[in-house]
Amino acid sequence: MRGAFFSALLELAERDERVHLVVGDLGFGVIEEFARRFPNRFLNAGVAEQNMTGIAAGMALSGKIVFTYSIANFPILRCLEQVRNDVCYHNANVKIVAVGGGLAYGALGATHHATEDLAILRSLPQMMVVAPGDPVETEGATRAVAAHAGPCYLRLGRAGEARVHRTPIDFVLGKAIEMREGRDATLISTGGMLVTAMQAADLLCEAGVQTRVLSMHTVRPLDTVAIESAVRETGAVFTLEEHSVVGGLGGAVAEFLAENWDTPVVFKRFGLPSEFSCFVGSQEYMRARHGLAAEAVVLGIRAKMEKAQSLTAVAKV
Amino acid sequence: MTAMSLGCEETVALAKKIRVQTARMIHRAKSSHLGSAYSMADLLAVLYGRILRIDPKNPEGAERDRFVLSKGHACAALYAVLAERGFFPKEWLEDFYQDGAKLAGHATHVGVPGVEVSTGSLGHGLPIACGMALTGKRDGRGYRVFAMLSDGECDEGSTWEAAMFAGHHRLDNLIAIVDYNKIQSLGKVKDVLDLEPFAEKWSAFGWGVREIDGHDLVQIEETLENLPAVANKPTCVVAHTVKGKGVSFMENKVLWHYRSPDREEMSKAMAELGAEE
Repeated sequence: MRGAFFSALLELAERDERVHLVVGDLGFGVIEEFARRFPNRFLNAGVAEQNMTGIAAGMALSGKIVFTYSIANFPILRCLEQVRNDVCYHNANVKIVAVGGGLAYGALGATHHATEDLAILRSLPQMMVVAPGDPVETEGATRAVAAHAGPCYLRLGRAGEARVHRTPIDFVLGKAIEMREGRDATLISTGGMLVTAMQAADLLCEAGVQTRVLSMHTVRPLDTVAIESAVRETGAVFTLEEHSVVGGLGGAVAEFLAENWDTPVVFKRFGLPSEFSCFVGSQEYMRARHGLAAEAVVLGIRAKMEKAQSLTAVAKV
Repeated sequence: MTAMSLGCEETVALAKKIRVQTARMIHRAKSSHLGSAYSMADLLAVLYGRILRIDPKNPEGAERDRFVLSKGHACAALYAVLAERGFFPKEWLEDFYQDGAKLAGHATHVGVPGVEVSTGSLGHGLPIACGMALTGKRDGRGYRVFAMLSDGECDEGSTWEAAMFAGHHRLDNLIAIVDYNKIQSLGKVKDVLDLEPFAEKWSAFGWGVREIDGHDLVQIEETLENLPAVANKPTCVVAHTVKGKGVSFMENKVLWHYRSPDREEMSKAMAELGAEE
């Protein structure tokens, strides 16, 4: 995703001289081309995220489209009040880009686990929260956030993720992409869990459960139209995210369902427990150990659906 | 510019109007921070009377000087001077801080012409001002960016991140004015978290520093007419001020960071300022 972001950003910068990149002294090996080609639109603010974010707001209020860039929680939580007051309150045209969303830096320890970001950023007025599912979505998301006049948070995974989309996509902020059809259940994923969602859907298909997969690349605003169709047409909804189960995609979908459905919906969130991980490991290891491998998701979905079916059967008796 | 010209007398009058309006606003609203507004009233009068290149008819002109009130709690004085200069009707001042009002108790830009940036949480103004100043330099524009800081907010790390940045990037179109009234929220600055040696700190961060009497209009003007203080450096004006300056019983008292004047205090204050209640 990181490579896709930078190639899209370079293209944007070439076409639009308002596009600026401000980094917090991170991005070795990836920021150099932008710095070389657009030296007057590049800035390394140093290891000072509060100032970096305030500067970005000041630049945006002077007519620029400013991408701030750092890793994990640094460009959002370290400077959360600057994000809230300086960027969001002023509706400043700042795009906050964090590489290492979720457990991409799993081995680096809990300080580098960005696992509450969607929940926190989603609660800020004006903020668009975007977590693309693969490099193809990342390209589209980069262009889309640049075109949107206002604050955006772009949560990226790491470098080298596989492409999930095989064909070109029409990326629209706030509009989920249907990855595969299904009538028995819907699995909604955000960010880099998309590949797992597709694997899980394949396994479920083998077990006779036709599962719709939605890539919910925009967590705010949430595509409630797609969720509504999913409930109406498939009856069971599951969310999948590399994020705490508190307040992220699953939380957002739960809020919507609780307020808009008078009949029970079969629903479960797949995500991380709201606790600091007491072990470290690679992203794949961490996902698997937290029950986010495709097989575990499949087991969880089947168990939930079977329970719901037996309850329905009991109710009929 | 000749010192004490007619314009200067108008500036003296403007400083008085700021103090009178601010007291009325804070009295009506039963709000706080009168002392913080008064310590910077003379600085604001010179800035808005003589220094800033701004146009109330075109408050968002690309070439305008930017003024960022980082000590947003003292905003009553900013609203007062903006109204006096014609950025918005003076009637707006009447419901400052009250139910449904446009003018909030901390500087708010939403729907208020002339307020560049909303502030209220300390330590935010200087970084934003740095972004504006850097952009101005890179785009080859002639505008200057002024940021008014409190001494208390120099406790904030973000202020010093920005100070280091401005020095490093030689933002000579940036001017930080510190309203050094020596009293912060809970006590004297030197007792809470001593800033001294203060001017030396700014200097060490790469700024050209001027220490002035923040109530001497001539000195303020001479300083702000000669910018940058040092070529190729941002300018820090350490303005030695008195909290509550202008009303004897409010001066140098932490109480007037909070207290809203009652009717009797208003009468006394207005008498000292030579104004009607």
